[in-house]
Amino acid sequence: MNKSRPVIDREIQVINIGIDRFAEDLMEAGVPVIQMDWRPPAGGNKRLIEMLDRLNDESGSTRNDEDKTNK
Amino acid sequence: MKIEEANKICLEKIQSSTAYWTDIRPAREVVPGMDEYTILHAGPPIDWENMCGPMRGSIIGACIFEGWADTPEEVETIARGGKLKFDSSHHHHAIGPMSGIITPSMEVSVVKNDAHDIETYATLYMGIGKVLRHGAYDDEVMEKLRWMNHELAPLLKKALAEAGGIDLKSIVAQALQMGDELHNRNRASNALLVNSLVQHMIKVGSRDKVIKAIDFIDKAGHFILNAVMAGSKGMLDAGSHIAGATIVTAIARNGYETGIRVSGLGDRWFTAPAPMIDGVYFPGFGPEDANPDLGDSAITETIGLGSFSMAGAPAVVEYIGGTAQFAMETSLKMYEITVGEHRTYKLPPLNFRGTPLGIDIRKVVETGITPVINTGIACRRPGVGQIGAGLTAAPMECFTKALEAFVQLRNT
Repeated sequence: MNKSRPVIDREIQVINIGIDRFAEDLMEAGVPVIQMDWRPPAGGNKRLIEMLDRLNDESGSTRNDEDKTNK
Repeated sequence: MKIEEANKICLEKIQSSTAYWTDIRPAREVVPGMDEYTILHAGPPIDWENMCGPMRGSIIGACIFEGWADTPEEVETIARGGKLKFDSSHHHHAIGPMSGIITPSMEVSVVKNDAHDIETYATLYMGIGKVLRHGAYDDEVMEKLRWMNHELAPLLKKALAEAGGIDLKSIVAQALQMGDELHNRNRASNALLVNSLVQHMIKVGSRDKVIKAIDFIDKAGHFILNAVMAGSKGMLDAGSHIAGATIVTAIARNGYETGIRVSGLGDRWFTAPAPMIDGVYFPGFGPEDANPDLGDSAITETIGLGSFSMAGAPAVVEYIGGTAQFAMETSLKMYEITVGEHRTYKLPPLNFRGTPLGIDIRKVVETGITPVINTGIACRRPGVGQIGAGLTAAPMECFTKALEAFVQLRNT
């Protein structure tokens, strides 16, 4: 029969990405935490993410758009 | 053209730009399209009906200065009657802080970007507090405006000619290493300007007039700002109209809306309601007195100065609020939304790293980080003037609208 062992048997240090609350709870428990300033791309707005992806996927000089500056 | 290639070309044009303050001339002689009854203003285009108190106050003062009206009521009548022709200064190669009002008789600085054959214009800086650009127009303000136009401007014009022009880009680069961010802190740049001009002013002016002018420029604290703004606009105009470029070439506010322009989208404005300013107020004033964000001076942030250079100007927080650490963090954040670093403007506390340059609409939308703006706060009531200074940011809506337009243009 296996002896029961703690899941983490040494001091933990945490980098939290995302919701602040997780970091705050750990800090209250005395755990060293670094809260990373992170947000989902475009605030998670799918329409904007698709637009950004489309621009990032562009693979070169596509169209003759030299005069497309709406002067 | 690929976006990266277009942005590279855009950045190179901006980086290779110059800014020489060469002359002072009446606006009607040099500003394109400056006809009688033309009134240029800060920010994107706006009608009289939507103009904020300080902008209306400035227009009242300007109309009285021009002799177009004698009272605020008369100005209201000719404004509503369509006699006054309002337009954004940006449409005329001009720029102005706060209300940014320019009328034909006002003397304007002429700043040249020789590298790209661009000339830009700005009125002379009037000082802090109760001044025309903040909507004040009482007798004291009008008297100062007349002195600036009829005595200070001619003296400076002669001094600039004697000096063979003043290299503003060089002064900005030096001042960044002396603790200025060139928007709300100009102690070093203003002193460097005085150092550059004083011997020439003495050569061309009478003793009393020179002493009065030097005293005014020194005490104004930010006298160089308007000329630096014109120079910054000239640099960013060089980078405009590059098809495929996603770099912002102007951020400007009219007190009702904030607008941005993007190199690859030409002269179009992308606007959103102007935000309020989180700031420090002069004694006797508070947030209830404040006007929403106003003025063309965010051109400094657009060229990598102001909040983008706060890391090198910790003392500015005494004026606009915050801590030295906050100033550092603000500038570091701005690197996340820019595509380059300035070759000439450098920040000693960041191991002489170039200031963040080239705000990319894609990066702003993706990161959710909007360009921070260090700015003055105008009283929302006309006739009062500046009541504080602080921080705000260009609204995200401007950038999402620009991104949508950019994608649409790429798809056509």
